[in-house]
Amino acid sequence: MKKEDWPLFEIFIRSRSGLSHRHVGSLHAADASMALDHARDLYTRRGEGVSLWAVESRNIAASDPAESSALFEPAEDKIYRHPTFYEVPEGVENL
Amino acid sequence: MYTQGLDQKPDTEKQVDGTEQLVRFQARIDADEKIEPKDWMPDGYRKTLIRQISQHAHSEIVGMLPEGNWITRAPTLRRKAILLAKVQDEAGHGLYLYSATETLGVSRDQLTEQLLTGKAKYSSIFNYPTLSWADIGAIGWLVDGAAIMNQIPLCRCSYGPYARAMVRVCKEESFHQRQGFEIMLELSRGSDAQRRMAQDALNRWWWPSLMMFGPSDVDSKHSAQSMAWKIKRFSNDELRQKFVDVTVPQAEFLGLTMPDTDLDWNESRGHYDFGEIDWQEFYEVLKGNGPCNRERLAARQSAHDDGAWVRTAAVAYAQKQKRRCQAA
Ligand SMILES: [Fe+2]
Ligand SMILES: [Fe+2]
Repeated sequence: MKKEDWPLFEIFIRSRSGLSHRHVGSLHAADASMALDHARDLYTRRGEGVSLWAVESRNIAASDPAESSALFEPAEDKIYRHPTFYEVPEGVENL
Repeated sequence: MYTQGLDQKPDTEKQVDGTEQLVRFQARIDADEKIEPKDWMPDGYRKTLIRQISQHAHSEIVGMLPEGNWITRAPTLRRKAILLAKVQDEAGHGLYLYSATETLGVSRDQLTEQLLTGKAKYSSIFNYPTLSWADIGAIGWLVDGAAIMNQIPLCRCSYGPYARAMVRVCKEESFHQRQGFEIMLELSRGSDAQRRMAQDALNRWWWPSLMMFGPSDVDSKHSAQSMAWKIKRFSNDELRQKFVDVTVPQAEFLGLTMPDTDLDWNESRGHYDFGEIDWQEFYEVLKGNGPCNRERLAARQSAHDDGAWVRTAAVAYAQKQKRRCQAA
């Protein structure tokens, strides 16, 4: 059995409650519980977190960077989605 | 730790001059944009990074050996706990960096194989022996110190995963340097025998530490491309000079003497002048003829072999758990 058989996991840490989990890196492990053990040793040696997620990398669907301009371009010309697009007359408050 | 400008040729690939992709890539670099794993990149950029980051990873891993040698013999429980934590950090650095290398399309197995077969290089400094406890002080102070000097600019490297790994690494390094300096300080304030031990360690580690920055700029004609790609930000000699300038006053504070009769403050340059490095020794160690090259690789090889059953058992266990889960 070769080491290659240990899949890659992406590791996410919640640094303290109230914040969302954030990607910190990846590691190889035989299974998810080993991934969590290793993540504890590898990414939280200085109290970096209160909760860990391990997600097998192959289960993450990712958008293609080569397509990113086509993908995100439709949002670019819709400036009316931002509050700054609108003029608020002097004297109007709480808007 | 531990990068070293080993100065192998960056693969200046046969670039189809002026291709639109290349121009766009360089424009992104020039605009200080980060390059991410799935982004288009020139072959030479990818290969240069794979070589540099994996060398760096291997150095962290092999770098555990000289210090690991003293864990069982650290003089107090406090020192033992500190050294254990430091060596564990170095293992972590190796793993962050292997992961960063893998984002470029090379597998962990390939990387391990390259190290064990001697195909890949690691920092020359780890081929020197740790003869006394003072060596652990000298390594933390000088070797980690030189590493920090090298690594801080890498936090701004154009390749995202490398830069992010380096930010983590740099945060962890400063304790390494301080614990080393503390060991040296304690020895230098101790008995005559302890002071001699500290001086002896400095004598043996000073020059190899200067070599960690790689060949002098005159002989290092390949860094131009790495600079243009913003993989590298300062030349080997610039970083080496910086290191000398900050370290000499620290040695003076310790009351120790640098083993270099040419070392002298140069008022007009605003820097220390220092003696010529023995480049022959540097290249010999790189070629595999340093005092401990064979020992280091043999230790890695046996760790790998002795751990084989653990890796196999872990996979077997994971598969069994999975089957049970599915059956239930
Ligand atoms: Fe390190
Ligand atoms: Fe270190």
